[in-house]
Amino acid sequence: MHKQLSLWLATLILGLCAPQLFAQGLTLEIANGNASAIPIVTVPFANEGGGTPPETDVADVIRSDLNRCGQFRSLAKSDIIEFPARGDDIKFPTWRLLKQDYIVVGRVTGGTGGEATVDFELYTVGDQKKLAALSISGQRSDLRGIAHQAADIIYEKITGVRGAFWTRIAYVTAKGSGSNTAYALMVADSDGYGPQTVVSSRQPLMSPAWSPDGRKLAYVSFERGNSSIYIQDISTGSREVVSANKGINGAPAFSPDGSKLALALSNGINPDIYVLDLGSRHLTQITKHFSIDTEPTWTPDGQSLYFTSDRSGKPQIYETSASSGGDGTRITFSGEYNARASVSFDGKKIAMSQGNGNVYHIAVLDRSSGTSTVVSTGNFDESPSFAPNASMILYAATEGSRDVLYAVSADGRVRQRLVLADGDVRSPAWSPYRQRGQ
Amino acid sequence: MKLPFRVILTAAVASATLVACSSNQKKPAPPAPANEVAATTTAPARAGSYTVDSLDSDSCLRQRIVYFDLDKTDIHSEYEAAIACHAAYLRQFPSARVTLEGNADERGTREYNLGLGERRGNSVSSALSAAGASTSQLNVVSYGEERPVCREHGEGCWQKNRRVEIVYTAKQ
Repeated sequence: MHKQLSLWLATLILGLCAPQLFAQGLTLEIANGNASAIPIVTVPFANEGGGTPPETDVADVIRSDLNRCGQFRSLAKSDIIEFPARGDDIKFPTWRLLKQDYIVVGRVTGGTGGEATVDFELYTVGDQKKLAALSISGQRSDLRGIAHQAADIIYEKITGVRGAFWTRIAYVTAKGSGSNTAYALMVADSDGYGPQTVVSSRQPLMSPAWSPDGRKLAYVSFERGNSSIYIQDISTGSREVVSANKGINGAPAFSPDGSKLALALSNGINPDIYVLDLGSRHLTQITKHFSIDTEPTWTPDGQSLYFTSDRSGKPQIYETSASSGGDGTRITFSGEYNARASVSFDGKKIAMSQGNGNVYHIAVLDRSSGTSTVVSTGNFDESPSFAPNASMILYAATEGSRDVLYAVSADGRVRQRLVLADGDVRSPAWSPYRQRGQ
Repeated sequence: MKLPFRVILTAAVASATLVACSSNQKKPAPPAPANEVAATTTAPARAGSYTVDSLDSDSCLRQRIVYFDLDKTDIHSEYEAAIACHAAYLRQFPSARVTLEGNADERGTREYNLGLGERRGNSVSSALSAAGASTSQLNVVSYGEERPVCREHGEGCWQKNRRVEIVYTAKQ
């Protein structure tokens, strides 16, 4: 009776929270489905702390994390018929019958004060092997963060690649129109929850870029009347102007070691690529061409820069040395228009905005094979940004007169729209891996 | 005293490359496209007689937006008259300053479009200085695609966004 009551209470509370969460969260759209997706069941976690169940359904968060990366197919909560909370309680034949490859069980324990502990176990269904048994503690208010960390471990144990669910995204919002537009640079969890304002402005904000330690953002602001580049500490809010030259100050990108910032400066003539040493403030010119050279991005080894240039007529992507510079060599040959490269952590893939006629899609270029694959379906898709493990790509799209963000699995098969705010959402940037206490 | 000054100034404007449209037709006839515009806008023949109020009252000076073709930065001949008027005003008021706000349509990436907007701003800046304005009076700011005047997806809207706005930051 008591158990039934708490279950009923849990349902009620979840029901009450659902509309609010939905408004803030995401909608998942399975674009083409993925026949090779791994079937996995995450059983609802038991609430063992006594007292009121937590507002966050940890298993729900894990299920949707695994779904949105495209490599997994979570058994729907409504199809779950048994509720083991420990490995010893799992009746494996049941899950074999439901054709599941993996099973996750767990429990949430509320500690004294605002703390909570999540214990979970991951098993293979076929040979009943325990792949993981972990305990993660944290603030009860950050149960979503704990759930994302659990999803990361599950992802890694099965795929062999570090998970990237417990990461953040930065993006720009614009509300209102014309001179009444209010801009804000925001940071949220990778699934769109928990948005926080980093800076707001009456003038346009653009191009946020993460420092490799995930503590700072570089971005372009027009608050001084012209484009300038700022670097801001996310937690303290302190910031400094690092570039406010005549003409364009745009497209900042931290080097992989965080010591330098690549950027585009026009000096009032035309933009070229530069590298600013953040310690000495020494500026090195990398390209010197009468065309528009912009959107530099570093290769993971920090040795080279990819950038956009329209020297051949329309924009294409080029590669040059990050130290000695030079005009570089062209690397994109399919598509009339290729711009705004984002490089995967291993340097093997480059995502870009690819235009043909009036249609712009996100395309992924495989550096070794040279083939380019389109992974988005909108008409004005731009600003791709790889997750730190390259499992997903975040990008900006336009629907009707509204700018929205999408996250797509790297193979293009699973796509979700992030519903983040009223008004327009644009210029997304996926954070590096997060560190505890950040 | 007033008349000679006006004559000198008119001559100075005329000697600049963009003699768009003088209604005082003593000078050689301007090129044909500019002539068409002369019918619809006030000619800069009154250069030298502008007042600060002319910015609000003169139909030629009130023309403050230059539109561009797709991926283009060259200025249509229909804007030469307005360029000449603004150049004449800037010559008459050496302390006047303008910011040329370059804009692009939504297609393509935001940072690349910053570059396109600047190219267009620079194009208007060059035309104004060729017509006699001092480069110290001209400032170019590119907003790329960040400040659209219209949000529909189609050429009708895009052409309104591919523009340079001439904004007076100091009128005299």
